[in-house]
Amino acid sequence: MYKILTKKRLNPTVTQMEIEAPLVAKKAKPGQFIILRVDEDGERIPLTVAGCNQATGGVKIIFQIVGATTEALNHKEAGDSIQDFVGPLGVPTRTDGVKKVCVVGGGVGCAIAMPVAQEFHRLGADVTSIIGFRNKDLLILEDEFRACSNKLIVMTDDGSYARHGNVTVPLKEALEAGEKFDLIITIGPLIMMKFVVATARPFGVPVTVSMNPIMVDGTGMCGGCRVTLIQDGKPTTKFACVDGPDFNGYEIDFDEAMSRGRIYFDFERRAHEETCNLFKLQ
Amino acid sequence: MAIIPKKNAIPTQEPSVRAHNFNEVALGYSPEVAIEEAKRCLNCKAQPCVAGCPVNVHIPEFIAKVKEGEFEEAYQIVNATSSLPAVCGRVCPQETQCESKCTLAKKFESVGIGRLERFVADWHNEHATGKARAPQSNGRKVAIVGSGPSGLTCAGDLAKKGYAVTVYEALHKAGGVLIYGIPEFRLPKKIVAKEVETLKELGVEIATNVVIGKTLTVDELFEMGYEAVFIGSGAGLPNFMRIPGESYKGVYSANEFLTRSNLMAAYRDDAKTPIMKGGKFAVVGGGNVAMDAARTALRLGAEKVYIVYRRSMEELPARREEVEHAQEEGIDFRLLCNPVEILGYKNPDDPRDPKNGFVTAIRCVKMELGEPDASGRRRPVPIQGSEFDLDVDAVIISIGTSPNPLIKSTTEGLEVNRWGGIIVNEDGLTSREGVYAGGDAVTGAATVISAMGAGKVAAAAIDEFIRNK
Ligand SMILES: Cc1cc2nc3c(=O)[nH]c(=O)nc-3n(C[C@H](O)[C@H](O)[C@H](O)COP(=O)(O)OP(=O)(O)OC[C@H]3O[C@@H](n4cnc5c(N)ncnc54)[C@H](O)[C@@H]3O)c2cc1C
Ligand SMILES: Cc1cc2nc3c(=O)[nH]c(=O)nc-3n(C[C@H](O)[C@H](O)[C@H](O)COP(=O)(O)OP(=O)(O)OC[C@H]3O[C@@H](n4cnc5c(N)ncnc54)[C@H](O)[C@@H]3O)c2cc1C
Ligand code: SF4
Ligand code: SF4
Ligand code: FES
Repeated sequence: MYKILTKKRLNPTVTQMEIEAPLVAKKAKPGQFIILRVDEDGERIPLTVAGCNQATGGVKIIFQIVGATTEALNHKEAGDSIQDFVGPLGVPTRTDGVKKVCVVGGGVGCAIAMPVAQEFHRLGADVTSIIGFRNKDLLILEDEFRACSNKLIVMTDDGSYARHGNVTVPLKEALEAGEKFDLIITIGPLIMMKFVVATARPFGVPVTVSMNPIMVDGTGMCGGCRVTLIQDGKPTTKFACVDGPDFNGYEIDFDEAMSRGRIYFDFERRAHEETCNLFKLQ
Repeated sequence: MAIIPKKNAIPTQEPSVRAHNFNEVALGYSPEVAIEEAKRCLNCKAQPCVAGCPVNVHIPEFIAKVKEGEFEEAYQIVNATSSLPAVCGRVCPQETQCESKCTLAKKFESVGIGRLERFVADWHNEHATGKARAPQSNGRKVAIVGSGPSGLTCAGDLAKKGYAVTVYEALHKAGGVLIYGIPEFRLPKKIVAKEVETLKELGVEIATNVVIGKTLTVDELFEMGYEAVFIGSGAGLPNFMRIPGESYKGVYSANEFLTRSNLMAAYRDDAKTPIMKGGKFAVVGGGNVAMDAARTALRLGAEKVYIVYRRSMEELPARREEVEHAQEEGIDFRLLCNPVEILGYKNPDDPRDPKNGFVTAIRCVKMELGEPDASGRRRPVPIQGSEFDLDVDAVIISIGTSPNPLIKSTTEGLEVNRWGGIIVNEDGLTSREGVYAGGDAVTGAATVISAMGAGKVAAAAIDEFIRNK
């Protein structure tokens, strides 16, 4: 069992926890993730490592409540324990040779992007962060981003806070203004990442995207997390859990990834409704 | 005494019933039938059967004890060479191993060695009292990577010699393929759980949720004071066919499908892990894994399940019994057929149609057998223009697995062959001092008994290595 050391609500649908897992805390690098199960019989879900505390052996996770498992996790409190917690999985984000970086996060993807931005900052790179949310209520991690960015731009889809519009708007402005990024890293909904890639393409800036397909084992055993890359005009299959989750944005087949992400849509909706109802009964 | 030509039948659940449940198909011998079957054994001097068993179980000796009704003694004889008899009695491909060499098999049906082995193991598990006792510790530590049959066997043998053994397992449950791959109806999970329990009684520590190569590296294990490491990480990387359409929704690797159903218990109504149920399935491949996937799909409620295999019945590599059971249950075998493409739904007028991207059919080409290839099997060649479509809702690809590169890529100096299998000598020693390996991680996908055998060999070598240090 793995103890929940701290719990903090970041907004109505996003929660931050620190889980006691010293082996993971010692090893995890930005860009890597863990897989957890809340209870016996629970589903295995992947979440990105959002930070580690060597002193307490705590591993920070930030998750959005979207379905049955994240809902169940959110019902746990500091002091409670969860069944399983394994990691760090995946390949850390590549940072070498990057002097000037633009980190583009969307929604809860900002939780995944934050440790990456912090790492670049720690390594002395010039960091521009563009973070976007649907509205003001969903805003998270603004202070954290401010602390590790040379420049921070916050966007909301509905204009309820900061600038009005999509993250691609300021990105395009920056690129057009002649900003020379060595790398753009984008993490968020697939559709957003697809448009970030499209925005960057005319400027020829490398784009790293962080893929989050449905996973089971996270060790390269099931193949469920496969994504298709188009390399030299030919499709190649990669497993996001061991080859990723970061990939070259220009190679990813986004349309396929979006389609595959919805395979269990009906099942998940039912499971979520059931969990919600269960909690209502309690 | 006249020879009884046929094996005593093993009672099974009715095909029409079992096709809808996950309970064990074969129900096992009663003591009376076991004794009857044991009487068929001729107790051959030359013991040809023993040579057919990869770990040389003392077959005539244990069968002689069964004949006398001394089941516990019989169990002890089997257990001396095979540490997982309840498992092997159920899943060994006996028809190509021990039973194929049985003298009786020349003219009649062989002695039911596997069935008897299963019987004595089950009898022991039911009747044995008293726990296994942890032996006197010798204070020396060995780490095992992976809790499949090779790792569990290696751990057990070393623990019995007094080593402090830790088994590191990436998943949340121990057992390897025995837990995540082979389904309940063929190998009940409680049998595997029991084996793991016995190891714990022997003092073996099982550390789940540790991925060697990620959470800890092999080098760190040595730093932690382990004097030797055994790698039994299996061949868990699924191969795909590299044909168009493999990314449509409803295309699974057998590993994913079986893991969802077994390890994540998706077969239960209250399961939290989703899986596609119902509809029509095509399973590509002809091994045990393909049979298990097909029969699992059926039990989950599929209305039709095809096995698509490119060679003929004779070449089908699965255990004979599983093929027969699958046929009885109504699995439709499409032999000499090879998939060339998977077709998916696409609504040109509505990109948001929820059916978009789901499998609709598998396109196959008919094959004929040509000249024998290097393996001696006649090579299937496509018949021009014979393409046809099977309408299905899901496709399960079961064309084999390769060893996972995770450990190799994080362990300096660990040599692997062209297929990713770890290179070892006859003792299971790898290119690194103190690092041993065995099972599917070395051979590629093979059998439970050969993995177990490799675990045994390595345990003996590790013991010798540490004592001579
Ligand atoms: C490598 C990786 C890192 C991730 N890191 C984080 C993180 O740091 N914080 C966070 O909140 N989420 C993260 N995710 C997504 C997270 O795993 C899913 O939100 C979670 O599995 C949903 O589980 P559930 O049972 O609560 O919801 P479900 O009932 O399984 O799903 C509810 C809804 O979420 C969608 N969904 C399911 N799985 C995913 C997924 N993998 N990615 C995106 N949407 C999904 C479903 O389509 C459905 O609409 C990550 C995913 C991956 C693969
Ligand atoms: C569906 C199916 C049906 C089969 N049916 C039969 C049958 O009827 N008869 C038969 O004889 N054989 C059968 N086999 C084959 C047999 O199960 C395997 O040959 C055998 O299990 C191999 O044992 P192993 O110990 O080498 O590895 P595995 O059983 O594969 O176990 C390896 C373990 O190592 C763990 N692991 C991997 N990497 C790491 C890591 N980096 N760190 C920590 N842990 C790790 C894995 O999670 C796994 O638990 C079947 C296989 C499958 C998949
Ligand atoms: S272990 Fe397998 S091959 Fe050996 S005797 Fe038993 S059933 Fe036969
Ligand atoms: S070969 Fe057959 S009959 Fe002879 S000892 Fe072995 S099991 Fe008995
Ligand atoms: S999650 Fe199973 S292979 Fe990646």
